[in-house]
Amino acid sequence: MKLSTSILAIAAASVAGMATAQEMTIVSWGGAYTESQKRAYHDPYSTNTGVTIINDDSAAEAVAKLRAMNEAGNVTWDVVDVVAADAIRLCDEGLALEINADEQLAPAPDGTPASEDFGDLIVSDCFIPQIVYSTTFGYRTDLVGDTPPTDVCAVFDTEAYPGMRSLEKRPINNMEWALICDGVAFEDVYDVLETEEGQEQALAKLDTIKDSVIWWSAGADTPQLLADGEVVMGSTYNGRLFSLIEEQNQPVAMLWDAQVFDLDGWIIPTGLSEERTQRALDYVYFATDTQRLADQAKYISYGPARASSAPLVGTHADLGIEMAPHMPTDPENSKRTFLYNYEFWADYRDDIDAKFQAWLSQ
Amino acid sequence: MTDTAVDEAFVQFDRVQKSYDGEILVVKDLNLSMPKGEFLTMLGPSGSGKTTCLMMLAGFETATHGEILLDGQPINNIPPHKRGIGMVFQNYALFPHMTVAENLAFPLEVRKMGKSERDQKVKRALDMVQMGDFGGRRPAQLSGGQQQRIALARALVFEPELVLMDEPLGALDKQLREHMQFEITRLAHDLGITTVYVTHDQTEALTMSDRVAVFEDGRIQQLAPPDELYEEPANSFVAQFIGENNTLLGEIVEVGTDSCVVKLDSGELIDALPVNVSNVGDRTKVSIRPERVEFNKDRLNPNAHTIKAEVKEFIYMGDIFRFRLSVAGNDDFIVKTRNAPDAVKLTPGETIEIGWLPQDCRALDA
Amino acid sequence: MSDTAQDGPMLAADGTTLKQSLARSLRREKMRALLLIAPLLIFIFLSFVVPIVSMLFRSIENSILQDTLPETVVALENWDDQSGELPDEEVYAAFVRDMLVAVDAKTHTRLGTRLNYEETGMSSMFRRSGRQISRLDPVEDAPFKDKLIDIHDGWGDVNTWAVIKTHAVPYTNGYFLNAVDMQRTPEGAQAQPESKQILVKLFGRTLYMSLVITGFCILLGYPIAFLLANLPMRSANLLMILVLLPFWTSLLVRTSAWKVMLQQQGVINDTLVWLGLVDDAARLIIINNQIGTIVAMTHILLPFMILPMYSVMQTIPPTYVRAAKSLGATNWTAFWRVYFPQSIPGIGAGSILVFILAIGYYITPEIVGGTQGVFISNRIAYHISSSLNWGLAAALGTILLGAVLILYWAYDRIVGIDNVKLGG
Repeated sequence: MKLSTSILAIAAASVAGMATAQEMTIVSWGGAYTESQKRAYHDPYSTNTGVTIINDDSAAEAVAKLRAMNEAGNVTWDVVDVVAADAIRLCDEGLALEINADEQLAPAPDGTPASEDFGDLIVSDCFIPQIVYSTTFGYRTDLVGDTPPTDVCAVFDTEAYPGMRSLEKRPINNMEWALICDGVAFEDVYDVLETEEGQEQALAKLDTIKDSVIWWSAGADTPQLLADGEVVMGSTYNGRLFSLIEEQNQPVAMLWDAQVFDLDGWIIPTGLSEERTQRALDYVYFATDTQRLADQAKYISYGPARASSAPLVGTHADLGIEMAPHMPTDPENSKRTFLYNYEFWADYRDDIDAKFQAWLSQ
Repeated sequence: MTDTAVDEAFVQFDRVQKSYDGEILVVKDLNLSMPKGEFLTMLGPSGSGKTTCLMMLAGFETATHGEILLDGQPINNIPPHKRGIGMVFQNYALFPHMTVAENLAFPLEVRKMGKSERDQKVKRALDMVQMGDFGGRRPAQLSGGQQQRIALARALVFEPELVLMDEPLGALDKQLREHMQFEITRLAHDLGITTVYVTHDQTEALTMSDRVAVFEDGRIQQLAPPDELYEEPANSFVAQFIGENNTLLGEIVEVGTDSCVVKLDSGELIDALPVNVSNVGDRTKVSIRPERVEFNKDRLNPNAHTIKAEVKEFIYMGDIFRFRLSVAGNDDFIVKTRNAPDAVKLTPGETIEIGWLPQDCRALDA
Repeated sequence: MSDTAQDGPMLAADGTTLKQSLARSLRREKMRALLLIAPLLIFIFLSFVVPIVSMLFRSIENSILQDTLPETVVALENWDDQSGELPDEEVYAAFVRDMLVAVDAKTHTRLGTRLNYEETGMSSMFRRSGRQISRLDPVEDAPFKDKLIDIHDGWGDVNTWAVIKTHAVPYTNGYFLNAVDMQRTPEGAQAQPESKQILVKLFGRTLYMSLVITGFCILLGYPIAFLLANLPMRSANLLMILVLLPFWTSLLVRTSAWKVMLQQQGVINDTLVWLGLVDDAARLIIINNQIGTIVAMTHILLPFMILPMYSVMQTIPPTYVRAAKSLGATNWTAFWRVYFPQSIPGIGAGSILVFILAIGYYITPEIVGGTQGVFISNRIAYHISSSLNWGLAAALGTILLGAVLILYWAYDRIVGIDNVKLGG
């Protein structure tokens, strides 16, 4: 009797052992962001299924690496976290799996199908939305005098707000802000930017502050520059500013005006074995359900991509503060917003980037 | 050591000491004076202090204590390039990126000599070492012997009065070395240059020098002309270091002014010349040169002291025969004899009587 | 003896020619030597030769058009792109047939991306049109010309078809033209509009700044290497550790450290302000420009200059300088005329190493170079990982490789490659 139970126990243990031998590699951006995914998605998923999750922080080069892996015929990634623009490109290149949202993603708790719950945020057939983030400005409260900026055009006003500002070393977002502050209406921005004259107009506006700009290329740059007092204001991802303000208590405040919404989400690479594809789909089904997306907001100030998750957003897991007012989607923050125009930039990025870089190097 | 009067001295070391680490003296109380035109060799095993002395003279090392005088002037504080001393280095130190002619012109150039005069002197120096056709070559294209000649020419081309040579022939093969020894001495004497030559090769020292200073343990053990050094070594180190030597250990039992009696450790009594022993009961090393040992009874002096010896080995060397004997407990007692028509050939195992003149048998310090 | 000498080649004992039998006896040795180095050869082949050849190939390879639109390409041959008129129905019908296959295989969007490098807007045109064309029937829905123009007015633009025709070659010089700020057009190679010209400038800047960095490395490295080679063993070892210390720190950390040093509120500026040398309002801008790049890269590459210099200087016997001094040279003359010329091979080796490393750097210029201190490699990285224009990246890389080879050749002609020593 005793013998047979111990045999059973060993058998059970070895089955569990086989289960944990299953591994999947999930690629993301590293740092606090990966940490939030680990706590909200990976850990519960591993506990439920016994699948070991290996984190890889190469999301910044995801498109190039996936293309190289695909050419070599050896895709080692199972699920990849990319921005929406990259998801569109991966889909165009045939490197990402097309997803049928209603069949392959969880419906909302009230039964609303996933495609409706995500809505317009499904910007590509291959893209499984996860968060809404924004690129926006933060400023040093101690360096702006008595009238803190409320308008994005403060960035272009070096007289009222002298000092350096940091902008991303690429045309995207900067060109839009330049046009807005040069008098172009919100809804006309991309129509203007399509034309040579519009591009010149934007660059001419940027030219007025060129000497006062430090150009960044990594998301961590602006928070560091703000913390060091190197710049008065600078653009970066809202989550980075949140941790600078709330976690590090730096004298910095958010300038939500004309923030540019962007999306980040999952794709599943093509060229995986049937077994790995199924496992990746299983993970994504779990990780993008209503509760999981709401959970992630406990750890980082990015808005969940599902409409049904918004009411479930609570307090920060460690700081205990309400997270909703720190979300880019909060009504108070999103009075004037931009939605990154994926299609426009897919077409114009190379062209405008060449002009932008040529302008930079002048 | 007072053989040369101080006022004639061209090079003089006056109580010079040298220490690198402040603990050990590499050169201990060195006194030396050289007249102009002398060829003096510093001979000694490595680490004996001879090269250090040379480097102090050249100015590359400073004396820790004492004074070095050149032509009566103290030079301790004169940098090497102002001393005007020619020097030949162990590995020639010919500048590899310059041609032979450029190498020779270098000392003239730094003395701001005009080009035509320079060329003339270079040519003359090259001719002097019979290398007239090699001016355009690089040092690497020359053989060892040729490089040696160029190094010599370069050290002489600016007509220094003193030339230092630091084992200049060490890298050459035997035949070339002997040839160069001859050439160097010829040149030195022809040009009337004062030369200080450092070597650890005693043959070189004996054949080339006017005087040899034997160095050991930071001191000059003996400073003498070659023949005196060989035939009248002042102590057992010099006797052992210069030439081949047989040693027997014993104790003084009688001592007079020009002879003494030594009781060897094996019990035999022999006559010897007291050199640096003075008291009865002193331990002594008795030294006899192999070629001064006679075993042809007919040639032996009637009043010579003889001793029994057993023949251990016979070595045929062409011009000479060489025997290894066992004498008074010493199994390495060497005897040499010329390969003459009447030479006696000994066979191993034979027991013979050998002898020598008392003045050839020197009782030295133990 | 005289027989063999007259009749022909020397014969070995068994009658074969001596050369043959020598070759045979050496063959086994050669085989063994070859086997010993085979793993290395295979490794070099796979990890070095293959990638470089594939990079060279990628810079001209352009089969995507003919593979994706085979019928269209053939049909377009009869169309004159200079006529100013749209192609006829035959081309449109062929295009629809090609697109139906391509949409099925999802290759049309890839083609759109490829053509977007040449003509902005192609990417979305192919993506949007693909979905609607897939609903057409290749037979029943004919004719297609107007239907396609309805789907996207780009299909009614002569230029669209001219671009397709211009780039429908299996091997193209287009990437290389792009790499030197030109473009392949229906009218032949033409300069890019001035507002997009940047790459030639970056090539020039890369070469110029690499030379400056190499120069600074020589100036700063030479005295250190000299000290290293001439100090007593124990102090030299300590100094060597200090030289090598940067090697043991990650590149990113070192570069970031320079940021802390050089920025306006950074250590150097703070110190200068504190000393009163610089006014607080006029702090020096020594980062995010060429100065930043030069300072940080000189520091990072310095060991690559010092080590070859040191190993060459170590082999220069001290007797040369002594000899020079004994011949009457002052310290300076002895150094300049005797020591320095012999240390040139070390400078040469270090310079080649530093220069070649420098022109390939991109992380450091990206972090501290701002806009004026970035290199061509930063553009290559952009085209590899962001624009995915690998053909252009390969062409840029090939030009860079060519530039290095030319400079290497020039160096060999001027200085002589035998004059490069890493020691020994």
